[in-house]
Amino acid sequence: MELLLNQVLAGIATGAIYACMALAVVMIYQAIDHLNFAQGEMAMFSTFIAWQLLQWGVPYWGAFVITLALSFAGGIVIERALFKPLGNAPVLTHVAGFIALFAIINSVAGLTWDFTIKQFPSPFGSSPFLGSQLISTHQAGMIGVTLVLLLLLYFFFQFTRIGLAMRAAAAQPESARLVGINTSWMIALGWGMAAAIGSIAGMLIAPVVFLEPNMMGGVLIYGFAAAVLGGLSSPFGAVVGGFLVGIFENLAGTYIPGVGNELKLPIALALIVTVLVVKPTGLFGRAIVKRV
Amino acid sequence: MTAMLNVRDLRAYYGQVQALHGLEFDLQEGSLTTLLGANGAGKTTTLRAICNMVRSTGSIEFEGTKLSSRSTESIVKLGIAHVPQGRGTFTTMTVEENLQLGAISRKDKKAITSDIDRMYAHFPVLKQRHTQQAGTLSGGEQQMLAVARALMLRPRLMLLDEPSFGLAPLVVRDLFKILGKINREDKVTILVVEQNAQLALELADKAYVIETGRIVMSGKADDIANNEDVRKSYLGY
Repeated sequence: MELLLNQVLAGIATGAIYACMALAVVMIYQAIDHLNFAQGEMAMFSTFIAWQLLQWGVPYWGAFVITLALSFAGGIVIERALFKPLGNAPVLTHVAGFIALFAIINSVAGLTWDFTIKQFPSPFGSSPFLGSQLISTHQAGMIGVTLVLLLLLYFFFQFTRIGLAMRAAAAQPESARLVGINTSWMIALGWGMAAAIGSIAGMLIAPVVFLEPNMMGGVLIYGFAAAVLGGLSSPFGAVVGGFLVGIFENLAGTYIPGVGNELKLPIALALIVTVLVVKPTGLFGRAIVKRV
Repeated sequence: MTAMLNVRDLRAYYGQVQALHGLEFDLQEGSLTTLLGANGAGKTTTLRAICNMVRSTGSIEFEGTKLSSRSTESIVKLGIAHVPQGRGTFTTMTVEENLQLGAISRKDKKAITSDIDRMYAHFPVLKQRHTQQAGTLSGGEQQMLAVARALMLRPRLMLLDEPSFGLAPLVVRDLFKILGKINREDKVTILVVEQNAQLALELADKAYVIETGRIVMSGKADDIANNEDVRKSYLGY
């Protein structure tokens, strides 16, 4: 029983990271109808920026906030420079763009900070949380930060005018333009926010997986699995999907013989395939009917 | 009277296909004008060209401002509200959010709140349903919402694309009454595109008839309604 509880809680903690990645993926998917394959690399790069700031002696939360701001700006720059010009180009053009972005960010990070793994500190430490052996303070921190983030995003989208405008631009771009919303900037804003959310995921997971240019590869696949499971058209679904995937991954690794740590990743991939075959809209997504 | 909107030599294209062939017309400030014509004549394209939602050449001037180089959203901010075909409802959002979105380019928060109340007075059914998802409203209610959303902009000019489409005749009568009231009381200039020529001509003071991308007839609504030849050849009733 203790083992089960332990695994579920640990699953929720890593699930929080998957939820953030899934949310970032869904935000961009909602804005431009494409999956951002470079989302993980963007998060990794942000984390390196935070690491660099820490090396220069900036206190943790200072570095955290500066990284958020830089990531936000970086996301907007990427959209303006690369994906706005692509516009309504075919899917494959976008995919090529994402893969190029992936390779560029990965190489630049390797060139700047080399490929050796680095320690990344946790602001929460790693002692047992509240004296309990079930969960560490860092895991509790991961869950806490994610929940605060989700709450802030909920209020932003539900109760601010700019949040309303962003939702409108994503749901019905043409109608949005007809009420005077600059949909193009809403997309850029979506990219900025996705990059910032990804940077939080990167900074939270880095103490667990260690910092290096390829650290987000696996995490992003879990993020995709979460987004697909929850439904690519539903930010709420992405978050729920993130937690479910985190728990599922841990339980499968513990209880299904032969899975262990090595076969966890194929489980995420199997989950993606299963959902796409059985219920392509995901748990909370809506079927989108397009006129052609 | 000076014209509020001048359209000269308007040509519009969908890819290689030319939909408008040198359209010319004016809208007088405060008027209620209707643009009539059969399916595919270019009525919707004309409205879309005004808001720069289709590739076009020629000149469109709104109160002395050239519209052709402006983006759709900046044209809307000049005070042109466009109720598109299919109503453009934000179906996944609540009725109240739809009204908020209508005023999203305005900065005067207090006036927006009082305008929402004004819309609820105009359209009581929207007040009853203000927390409901707009997609669950009936067609008539959605059309009311679309008109209310457009009014939330406090527009100087309102473009309506087939507001009667898919509505029961009684609902259409109501809607057109409201449009007349908006035109008279709120001093909003209105251009309404219609296939329901008979009703539109009753409502409008001026009419243009469009055929295959050209204006073929213009005049007072009454004259056009009473002209037997025009009715038979272009309006089909």
